[in-house]
Amino acid sequence: MNRLSLSQAFIYLLRRDLTLAVRNRAEFANPLLFFILVITLFPLAVGAVPELLARIAPGIIWVAALLAAMLSLDSIFRSDFDDGSLEQLLMSAHPMPVLVLAKVAAHWLVTGIPLLLVSPLLAEMLGMPQAAQGILLLTILIGTPILSLVGSIGVALTVGLPKGGIILSLLVLPLYVPVLIFASGAIEGAAGGLDVSAQIYMLLAFLFLSISLSPLATAAALRMSMS
Amino acid sequence: MSEPVLLQIENLACIRDDTVLFEHLNLSLAEGQMLLVEGSNGSGKTSLLRILTGLKMADEGNVYWRGKAIDQLAGEYYEQVGYVGHHDGIKRGLTCLENLRLVQAMGKPTELDLDTVLDRVNLYRYGDTLVASLSAGQKRRLALARLIVTESLLWILDEPFTSLDKKSMGYFESLFAQHLQQQGIIVMTSHHDISMLGCDLQRLNLST
Repeated sequence: MNRLSLSQAFIYLLRRDLTLAVRNRAEFANPLLFFILVITLFPLAVGAVPELLARIAPGIIWVAALLAAMLSLDSIFRSDFDDGSLEQLLMSAHPMPVLVLAKVAAHWLVTGIPLLLVSPLLAEMLGMPQAAQGILLLTILIGTPILSLVGSIGVALTVGLPKGGIILSLLVLPLYVPVLIFASGAIEGAAGGLDVSAQIYMLLAFLFLSISLSPLATAAALRMSMS
Repeated sequence: MSEPVLLQIENLACIRDDTVLFEHLNLSLAEGQMLLVEGSNGSGKTSLLRILTGLKMADEGNVYWRGKAIDQLAGEYYEQVGYVGHHDGIKRGLTCLENLRLVQAMGKPTELDLDTVLDRVNLYRYGDTLVASLSAGQKRRLALARLIVTESLLWILDEPFTSLDKKSMGYFESLFAQHLQQQGIIVMTSHHDISMLGCDLQRLNLST
């Protein structure tokens, strides 16, 4: 019997979701456009005062990143739920938490990486000090996977509900707050020339905690939702 | 000599919104047997099938596969189960071959050539065609092709003939008969008369 290994199943599922995202470009274009639009609208709303913009830039970028992630969360499981693929995944011979991790990894690659790529340009536009821009990239690199991992639990709990969007926001947003506080705090600290390793270590701790616990919680929540 | 029992349902009950759909349900299926679940709309046919897949929890009772509760078996059970539900469970944004490759990756794969499988369900020409451009009947045939790919022993089928034309229905009836001859088991709901399969058939009417 030519039995595929778990790692191969992981790669197949990851590749499947990336292929689907490439064929349906709106999936990653929408959160990215939202992210860019929100950030570019801020100078128009608060006034083009360079000092003010530079000071609030970490908060603007991270709130926009958080909302952009929220906007795209539903896509992790929604289409699989609607077309019955989720049932088939739950009936896979492989452990569901590993398959969940593949789906969340695909979601992050499709929605998190584009934010990472455009954020230096937006940071420059807002006049963020050079010293803080490296930390901004680092926080987005560490923080956005946390948003996808934690968000997947909320999506799994609400995927079977007809209007789960509001409940999803209420469930997930409070869990995003620590990431928002430590990430924007790290950027502000770096802009002020402070040592921000404590905030970065906290974000890394959140990331490892999310990687280890969120797939288990998401898989359990999916079984509950499907039942 | 009688065939060994593979699937056993013991004292099963399902309650939806305070309404008892079924209770004290006991039955067993051996190799080569088929269970046809009948009943009016809302009588709990799909719920029973979903309990057998492990996707839905029974309110009471247990389902056993080779003597072990299915919730204890998990992946070991799913290697033996092929399920085609109300939804086809295939991705519109992928081609027919890409969909079947994923089936191979997710379950118990076989040495089968996927082009041959597509040929068997009369979709050979559509291997590289996106599922989105297939008709409802063609999508159903692709969903049923999953059963061939995984070579699972227990087929759980919820209205498998939906959207199929007469020729396709005839083909899948013979495929089901072949599966039963090869000691497989089928649990199915269908409004289509399947008595012509001439198999070892049990009927369960949930309306009564």
